[in-house]
Amino acid sequence: MGKVGLKSSQEIELMRESARIVAEVLALVGSNIRPGAVTRDLDKMAEEYIRSRDGIPAFKGYGQDKSNLFPGTLCISIDDEVVHGIPNARRLEEGQIVSIDVGVKKGGYFGDGARTFPVGQIDPEKQRLLKVTEEALYAGISNAKAGRRLHDISSAVQRHVESAGFSVVRDLVGHGIGRHLHEEPAIPNYGTVGTGIVLQEGMAFAVEPMVNAGSYRVQMEDDGWTVRTSDGKPSAHFEHTIIVGNGEAEILTRQVQG
Amino acid sequence: MAKQGPIKVDGVITETLPNAMFKVSLDNGHNVLAHISGKMRMNFIKILVGDKVTVELSPYDLTKGRITYRYK
Repeated sequence: MGKVGLKSSQEIELMRESARIVAEVLALVGSNIRPGAVTRDLDKMAEEYIRSRDGIPAFKGYGQDKSNLFPGTLCISIDDEVVHGIPNARRLEEGQIVSIDVGVKKGGYFGDGARTFPVGQIDPEKQRLLKVTEEALYAGISNAKAGRRLHDISSAVQRHVESAGFSVVRDLVGHGIGRHLHEEPAIPNYGTVGTGIVLQEGMAFAVEPMVNAGSYRVQMEDDGWTVRTSDGKPSAHFEHTIIVGNGEAEILTRQVQG
Repeated sequence: MAKQGPIKVDGVITETLPNAMFKVSLDNGHNVLAHISGKMRMNFIKILVGDKVTVELSPYDLTKGRITYRYK
């Protein structure tokens, strides 16, 4: 594992700005999620907003495979799509759950956040999936304190999810963040308490539980991006960019009210 | 946007197999089949049953891994 950098107060200030735009985009897109909404229109709305704040959509053009870079500003993943769904001409339908993931670069630093929204009325099991996933995110973050170990975060997420009868995706992980969208360390959503690197003040993480209602197994679609549950059951995703401190972590992408 | 592994997990060697393959019991309770990384092979690092190791799991096939580190 490479070295995990510590962010200076100037760097954290720049990350606060990028992350604030992330939170604003999630609030904006969230208020426009309704049956009939076209996912490509939500994507366009997000890109225009980010650019109006002098930010750059961080996911657009991202990827290892130069011939298949991610085309959208948002990852929009519906129902059994776990993450990295590509915005297109699809319309949202009553009863679906839709995960919106967005990254913003501004001033050379990144913010990354995600949230799963209900489309209209959803069934009680989906409601419980969203609630448990969001709780798992905060359970993980509550362990992100200087002196604790990295996998204390992972373990807290896993325990919360599995005690509710759901499962955590293992093939995809949270990550360090800062000058790059993905930095060391990898932050799995499962693990053993007391293992992993010792956390220090100034580490910046994107903590992101991806929680499946059924099995944790996932598969990649032919488009090279969309990750879907293998059993076709729904999946939820909540993510915050945080800064590790001596007390509670600072959540940079906390949802703005109203 | 989530990052795709490889995911690093610690475990203990439970069996040595031919062709530098090993069975590893991971700390998270899973058992995987792992081979030894090229760098470790070049350095002639011996791995025995009971050794604690770090395994890199490949995303999309979590039943197979690569041993990248042996604890002293």
